[in-house]
Amino acid sequence: MTRFSHFQNIVAGVAIAMVGLSVCVISFVQEPAEAYLFPRLISVVFAALSVWTAAKAFSGHSNSSNGLSEKELANIAPGLVAALIYIFLAAETLGFYTASTIAFFAVYSIYDTASHRELRSWGKRIVLTALFIAVMYGLFAKVLTVFTPREFFQ
Amino acid sequence: MEFIGYLGDVFTPFNFGLLMIGTFGGLILGATPGLSPTMTVALLIPFTFRLEATEGLILLGAAYTSTVAGGAVSAILLNIPGAPANIATTLDGYKMAKNGHGARALQLSFLSSAAGGVFGVLLLIFLTPILARWALAFGPSHIFWLAILGITVIGTLEAGSVVKGLLSGCIGLWLSTIGFDDIMGEQRFIFHSSLSGGINVIPALIGLFAIPQVISIFAKGRADSGTEILSVERHPISEAVREVARRYRALSLGAVVGSIVGLIPGIGGQIAGIVAYDQSKKISREKEKYGTGHSEGLIAAESANNAMVGPSLVPLLTLSIPGSPTAAVLLGGLLIHGIFPGSDLFENHPAVAWTFINSMLVGQILMCIFGLYIAALAARVVLAPPSFMAAAVLGLAVFGSYSVYNSMDDVYVMLMLGTAMYFLEKFGFSAAPLVLGLILGPIAEANFIQGSLIANATSSVVEYFLTGALNLCLISMVAVSLLYSVWSEIANGRNPVASGNGRARP
Repeated sequence: MTRFSHFQNIVAGVAIAMVGLSVCVISFVQEPAEAYLFPRLISVVFAALSVWTAAKAFSGHSNSSNGLSEKELANIAPGLVAALIYIFLAAETLGFYTASTIAFFAVYSIYDTASHRELRSWGKRIVLTALFIAVMYGLFAKVLTVFTPREFFQ
Repeated sequence: MEFIGYLGDVFTPFNFGLLMIGTFGGLILGATPGLSPTMTVALLIPFTFRLEATEGLILLGAAYTSTVAGGAVSAILLNIPGAPANIATTLDGYKMAKNGHGARALQLSFLSSAAGGVFGVLLLIFLTPILARWALAFGPSHIFWLAILGITVIGTLEAGSVVKGLLSGCIGLWLSTIGFDDIMGEQRFIFHSSLSGGINVIPALIGLFAIPQVISIFAKGRADSGTEILSVERHPISEAVREVARRYRALSLGAVVGSIVGLIPGIGGQIAGIVAYDQSKKISREKEKYGTGHSEGLIAAESANNAMVGPSLVPLLTLSIPGSPTAAVLLGGLLIHGIFPGSDLFENHPAVAWTFINSMLVGQILMCIFGLYIAALAARVVLAPPSFMAAAVLGLAVFGSYSVYNSMDDVYVMLMLGTAMYFLEKFGFSAAPLVLGLILGPIAEANFIQGSLIANATSSVVEYFLTGALNLCLISMVAVSLLYSVWSEIANGRNPVASGNGRARP
């Protein structure tokens, strides 16, 4: 196990232990007790297992995980940022279909192995994006009649 | 023979149309590497809201059956299993295709999948009513222990380590308590306004199964896999039928092994294929040919992974314990239509139960017919660029989660849970026990509270939950599953190569 993956295991272990312990404390502090009977039961097990996991991570015995490499983290970042902007910002401000078109095109283009310098590959991306959004519009707006946030140009 | 009375319901134009769409779509999606049966079924659930319960289940059941079979296409032509269930298929299937027998391998795979699948569904038909009647004897304490057993079994078998598997189950149970408490009406663990209504199961399922796959594609970056698809030549189907009949020993062994594995809650299809392949090799007269492109290995593996599908639904439909991660998603699909598995399903909704089961039987035949004729088309689809798949799955996940209650809160929860799950998987956690905890949590809690009330009126809580033959039997099963997993982990710890780093995604 590399130093970086050991560090990641510790961060993950501590984060899980903090969640487990917080759930346990909240379950036993909150009232009425009847409403927290089941959460109390499970939170004891949750806290115990999460502390055990954190302890194993500290001792370097967490042999079932290697975490992520720096390259993988760098690869994930642009796609994840695009997804976060799409969902938390663009979907409601630009409208579902506009935001989805931009997000689909962005994600497809960022990770497409085809050349970014050829006009033909950009044309293919535009056509596939338009086709995908047309299918989604047909399915959700027409067949399932799902009401989505209003598009910004409407 | 009650099921025969409902056989005609499968052939109404609408139901049969749904069955064909589910089967055809499932084959294509199953053939695409990275789109697992569990994720496909989770993404399909929002499309079933406008349908009747029976119609929705027909669509989901057809997709489940055919994605498992469709996974053989990429296993044979690309050496990449379409789903974890098809791992054993690559061992001889890809070699056959490389030796110029791609079409023959595909035909043998679909024929043996259909034969194994029919056997599995027949077992489902004959076992479920017996177990469902037996389930009538279950009281709140037994259902509580059954829910715990389901989470324990999947938790100990699915994740990279027993502790992390159980911890995943605990996280799922805790997530299920977020929102309003049904009995006191109190709000619990609401850290953000988007959680005020609790965590809706369907967006959570979509997030937990779809988003980690999208991020996995992101993680690979723009690296070209350089995968080349092998060509598919023409091969007479009648010859393939004769070959499957000639290899009846491998076929029947696969069907029996797959069915037994499917009946054990939590094990899943990937083990069925591998165990059947291994056993078939042991009893074969041509052991040395295995791994060189021998049809026996392919037939045993494919027969087993589809035979597993029907029996994996037996514990789900009778005792509410899903036999596989995909069955856990199907349980979510049942619950959103207000149908609770068990004796209630067969007593109060026999048309739903039997039409669904019958559709799975007919679906096996349809899957075989489609598979034999569209294998070449599916082979083209498997080359869809991963970047396109990532963008499409992300879009489908967002639309699907939103459409459940027309709420952006569900989309936020879907993305956050899915992103957290991707990172958790990297540290040895697994989505399947978490999902099961989330689905079975309310059932476990309701029965725990109900049992406590009964116990307070009659005896003590400890006596009510810890005594009685059935309680003790279930508690022993929980203990055995835990002890066996701890023992396996210690054994694997001594042999780190065998332990592996996490399991394949369901």
